[in-house]
Amino acid sequence: MAEAHPVGFQWVVEAKKRGARIIHVDPRFTRTSALAHQHVPIRVGSDIAFLGGIINYVLENELDFRDYVVSYTNAATIVSDTFVDVDDLDGLFSGFDPETRTYDPTSWQYESEDTDADLHRSQADSSGDHVEHRETAAGMQHESHGSSVSARPMRDETLQHPRCVYQVLKRHYARYTPEVVEQVCGVSQDDFLAVCRAWTENSGRERTTALVYSVGWTQHSVGVQYIRAGAILQLLLGNMGRPGGGIMALRGHASIQGSTDIPTLFNLLPGYLPMPNAAKHHTLTDWIESVRNPGAKGFWANAGAYGINLLKAYWGDAATADNDFCFDYMPRITGDHGTYRTVLDMIDGKVKGYFLLGQNPAVGSAHGRAQRLGMANLDWLVVRDLFEIESATFWKDSPEVETGEIVPEECRTEVFLFPAASHVEKEGTFTQTQRMLQWREKAVEPPGDATSELWFFYHLGRMVRERLAGSDDERDRPVLDLAWDYPLHGDPEQVAAGWGEPSAEAVLKEINGYEVATGRPLSTFTEMKADGSTLGGCWIYTGVYKDGVNQAARRTSRHDQSPVAPEWGWAWPLNRRILYNRASADPEGRPWSERKAYVWWDPEKGDAGEWVGDDVPDFEKTKPPSYRAPEGSEGVEAIEGIDPFIMQGDGKGALYVPQGLVDGPMPTHYEPVESPFRNLVHGQQGNPTRKEYRRDDNRMNPVPDDDHADVFPFVFTTSRLTEHHTAGGMSRYLEHLAELQPEMFVEVSPALARERGLEHMGWCHVITARSAIEGRVMVTERLRPLRVEGRIVHQVWMPYHWGQSGLVSGDSANDLFGISLDPNVLIQESKVGTCDVRPGKRPRGTALRDYVDGYVARSGAVDHVVPVVTASADAVRRSHDVQEDGKDQHAPHQVEDR
Amino acid sequence: MIGRNSLFGPLDPAPDAGYEAPPPRKGFFTDTSVCIGCKACEVACKEWNDVPENLFQMLGTSYDNSHSLNANQWRHVAFIERPGRSTAPDQPDRLADPATPPVDIGMPTVGAPPSGVPDEAKPDFQWLMSSDVCKHCTHAACLDVCPTGSLFRSEFGTVVVQDDICNGCGYCVAACPYGVIDRRTGPEGDPSVGIAQKCTLCYDRLTDGQRPACAAACPTESIVYGDVEQLRQQANERVAALHEQGVMDARLYGNDPEDGVGGTGAFFLLLDEPEVYGLPPDPVVTTKDLPHMFTRAGMAGTALLIGAALSFVRRRS
Amino acid sequence: MAGSRSLLPWPVLRQLLDGDVLGRGRSVRSRRTDEVEPRTATADRVARSVCPYCAVGCGQKVFVKDEEVVQIEGDPDSPVSRGRLCPKGSASKNLVTSSLRQTAVKYRAPYATEWQELDLHTAMDMVADRVVRSRRDTWQDLDEHGRKVRRTMGIASLGGATLDNEENYLIKKLFTAMGAIQIENQARI
Repeated sequence: MAEAHPVGFQWVVEAKKRGARIIHVDPRFTRTSALAHQHVPIRVGSDIAFLGGIINYVLENELDFRDYVVSYTNAATIVSDTFVDVDDLDGLFSGFDPETRTYDPTSWQYESEDTDADLHRSQADSSGDHVEHRETAAGMQHESHGSSVSARPMRDETLQHPRCVYQVLKRHYARYTPEVVEQVCGVSQDDFLAVCRAWTENSGRERTTALVYSVGWTQHSVGVQYIRAGAILQLLLGNMGRPGGGIMALRGHASIQGSTDIPTLFNLLPGYLPMPNAAKHHTLTDWIESVRNPGAKGFWANAGAYGINLLKAYWGDAATADNDFCFDYMPRITGDHGTYRTVLDMIDGKVKGYFLLGQNPAVGSAHGRAQRLGMANLDWLVVRDLFEIESATFWKDSPEVETGEIVPEECRTEVFLFPAASHVEKEGTFTQTQRMLQWREKAVEPPGDATSELWFFYHLGRMVRERLAGSDDERDRPVLDLAWDYPLHGDPEQVAAGWGEPSAEAVLKEINGYEVATGRPLSTFTEMKADGSTLGGCWIYTGVYKDGVNQAARRTSRHDQSPVAPEWGWAWPLNRRILYNRASADPEGRPWSERKAYVWWDPEKGDAGEWVGDDVPDFEKTKPPSYRAPEGSEGVEAIEGIDPFIMQGDGKGALYVPQGLVDGPMPTHYEPVESPFRNLVHGQQGNPTRKEYRRDDNRMNPVPDDDHADVFPFVFTTSRLTEHHTAGGMSRYLEHLAELQPEMFVEVSPALARERGLEHMGWCHVITARSAIEGRVMVTERLRPLRVEGRIVHQVWMPYHWGQSGLVSGDSANDLFGISLDPNVLIQESKVGTCDVRPGKRPRGTALRDYVDGYVARSGAVDHVVPVVTASADAVRRSHDVQEDGKDQHAPHQVEDR
Repeated sequence: MIGRNSLFGPLDPAPDAGYEAPPPRKGFFTDTSVCIGCKACEVACKEWNDVPENLFQMLGTSYDNSHSLNANQWRHVAFIERPGRSTAPDQPDRLADPATPPVDIGMPTVGAPPSGVPDEAKPDFQWLMSSDVCKHCTHAACLDVCPTGSLFRSEFGTVVVQDDICNGCGYCVAACPYGVIDRRTGPEGDPSVGIAQKCTLCYDRLTDGQRPACAAACPTESIVYGDVEQLRQQANERVAALHEQGVMDARLYGNDPEDGVGGTGAFFLLLDEPEVYGLPPDPVVTTKDLPHMFTRAGMAGTALLIGAALSFVRRRS
Repeated sequence: MAGSRSLLPWPVLRQLLDGDVLGRGRSVRSRRTDEVEPRTATADRVARSVCPYCAVGCGQKVFVKDEEVVQIEGDPDSPVSRGRLCPKGSASKNLVTSSLRQTAVKYRAPYATEWQELDLHTAMDMVADRVVRSRRDTWQDLDEHGRKVRRTMGIASLGGATLDNEENYLIKKLFTAMGAIQIENQARI
């Protein structure tokens, strides 16, 4: 946190001064460790084993915050009797299909009170087809809503029922003993138990513990399950929805949160609505029902309004009830169209044009060579950036030009490099990592021909529409009917010539939503209508333009308001700063303790009581804690007074996830795709459902049980330095940053330096099946070999900020990674791999490829492909049999069109 | 006036330099126990003061690539990787081959004397970071030796170079007991090449009631700007608090008005001996003996003057 | 008296009269020193902005003089950052005013070994032509299973997480209307 988010770290330092204990778990000793009370070095890729060990510690010793757990989580919910856990299936959950390597999650569902299969409808409808879920990264829709389970599953509030979630969880994590943690993670039992004690002793009624992770956690083949493991622990200890608690994702880019809320992602539309899928969303009703999930609790019940308001915002007057609000205008996805799939398609010649918008995949994406070879096989490429980054110059100075794989005279890709406006040369909002939107005022005009993306895309759209004008081709209707008239402002001459700057505020108002007839901005998404009388581009952002005021531009000084600072910027949803904050009060609505009071029920307020406190209550303001839902209710009405998790189908925090995840209802330890160790916990080595692209240009290093695994004996990981920013496009070109870390380097422990003959500040190179890169050697005790499964493992660390351009240049660490993805969100495993390290610089020119090919041949990666499913044949069969049984038993669940 | 302590000993420097009712003396308290080595101070300083790049060279002294305080580096963050007592038997590193000598990782080799804290009470491996800066000495040798009046004592008690007066003679460079001030040698075309350069405590910002750029940026309040008197008190409280938490290595550096430079305007809380951070353990103002020398020089000068006057008188008569 | 006035600037006299006998303070101040003012005080205006690097969202104040950015520093009013910035945030002026920034469109023709410069509007025309052509050439009404997809798989986009919400909104809206679906972001990386 101190490394990549130094200013955020001020709050940790402040907490430390006030007595908080700081624990830092990281493979290497960083700037964060330097200020922590305890640094716990851990083997890269073993986090679930570590967190699972703490979960086990909590459950074994019954240290959970029981009142919170019983009322606010699904601990009491009974799981289907067909569910079989990994312990009995060698690392697989029940329902595994070895053909597709996906699960049928039917057996994972909650037990229903009613035998009538109809009551399963809400569960099964969205449990769905996991092949398609993996292809479309469906897990991402859950960023704003949890599993859409039925409103009233069976519960045992004593937590004694053998199939209640609490007991299932307890059995699942019983294996993660301190001994296993020590063996798998390389963490001593003393260190581990110290963490367990600190975390549990500092959680409960009077105290809360915060879990902070940086998004390296997401860059694993089990990335989503890492975060799930953190969520389980924080729920068990009652740390969610409470001040000083929670899970904080330290995201790495100014508006990366905004980029998922208002996504430029293939599978999502604004507000986490799914992109329509050719297989399931034939009609507007199909699409809405798939989100609305009849039978479930919560605010997704209004999905129809959210979806229709988006269509109305896109196609304006053309979108009417008669034509299903132009739902047919939407293109359909049919599978994986993620950035890595697309890059491989570029190599295969299937993609013609590519836009890179402030993005430098030649350095910043995994498998840099594949990225660059893909770019070299396009018709045209548009790069928009502040500087002449590597992705714009791949055709003249990339590593592949050096190896002869890209020959400028033979590369046909046309490249346009457009100068972009900087953050002070345009106005608009960033959404920071706590979901807060902050409006930036424009300070100056951009230099020369530099323009904003708003300008570029508005005018590109205008010009494409002009070119298609008069077309009677049906395919052009969505473009021609698009609501695309934004007021222009700025330099009067430019405006007069038709080249003005579109008004970002007008766009923000459209995002917020307004009444079509009057133009009155909506105050809350509950004002959205499903009849076309309102429109709004992103329902979760509704309220940011409340009362016609740009709420994101608010700048009331922190000195003039409460510490929660509700008048600085605007946070979604509805300016709530801590999500699910109803959980900061007990079931009766009283603060859990005086020192942890945040939001509570005041029976004296209003007509019959109201929720009050320091924050905007994340609950219906006048719904009392005593409210119980009437029989048969659903949606918002079904949320009871003790259901703080209002976006979850059952209103409860999920310790166990019956659906929505492709790789299982509970996190379980799998080894990284590339690992020098066998999975000690199960026969199943890696995540059996991970997304793989098995091609000659994407070879993965072998793993144990393979004779050649020792060709790549070391573990490596990468991360950021304080002095640089991601792929370096905003730091390597600045003298005041570049000079602070001027060269690529490789951190190794003194022991590894001795073993491989590496000299401090000499050169070394790191080799994987993809490439070899070089850097200066940094020998440091900050990296420590660990004892894992009884033997010493060396870990190597590298920053990934360099490329061939800029004031300082060097090899790119991302060239070392292959492409294998988490199955839920299709994010690549680029925080762990295996490698070899050798002294001296790497070979140059064509010799580089020969050198890497030699390693590949020695490692057997050419003809010996490691199987993904390594659980025993018997386990695979039994897991699959559960699925077959499930089919018979719950036939209606299988209605998904496949 | 020339006070008894004008050249050595405790002193409030601004009134001594002719300012009537100056503002309270300003300075920095740099608390290295909360420094995260982010170098925001280095960058904020360069951006505000138009300090050009220093060098694009990886030095291998942990994460420090700025080398030292110099004309192009008015803030410098030192990184010290201090091995723990982990000759620990459970550490695989040592287990592997106890006979092998340690690998040189480029740390400063100036040995620190034992701190008196028992080994078992010391924390394990430590990564110390500290942002160094001009000390703005109470008795500033650079200022005392400056023949042009380019270096001057500001009303805030700070020591500042006036670029428009400096002739680049370099006397100050040799005089500074900390090796802070330096003549700028590049880059070519920079208006201040040849001129002595160092931290001004952002004199221009101070005149408008603003904080120096480094202190304003510092994410963790490791660099605190304020009235020196208050800072000294704050520093004492911080040391006491750290001692209470068992951080017995915490000590102050430069806060003592009785030390060789009369105390510094910029002083530090360190977690080890000053040498570990590359700081001189007992700096003394190089002009300490000036009064003595001055008396002798004065006598000689007076004799000369009398001689000259006499010859003049003789000639007139 | 004229004589004494002319003597006043003489340093030694100034030292004596100013009470700065050793000539180390008040008496040696240059006119420039006396008149110094920080750029933050002489700026024409200040824009309230947000740091463009990580997602902490630190407040920035952007000082502008004669239509040039002269200083970017932390906004002390911000409850997120309390006026502080990391080295990257502190280098924001360097980012904005760098002489290495691109200010004109560069174009690399097929098989070319050098850049050439293009007029902005010409470049926009060329890109619009290519978008229309590639969309037409790669259009799919139905997929291989005969399902209606009405899309192009020939146009892709990636980036960036430093774009504004308003920009991402227009990007997604336009590409969706054009039927381009491989629209991706750093958020997947």
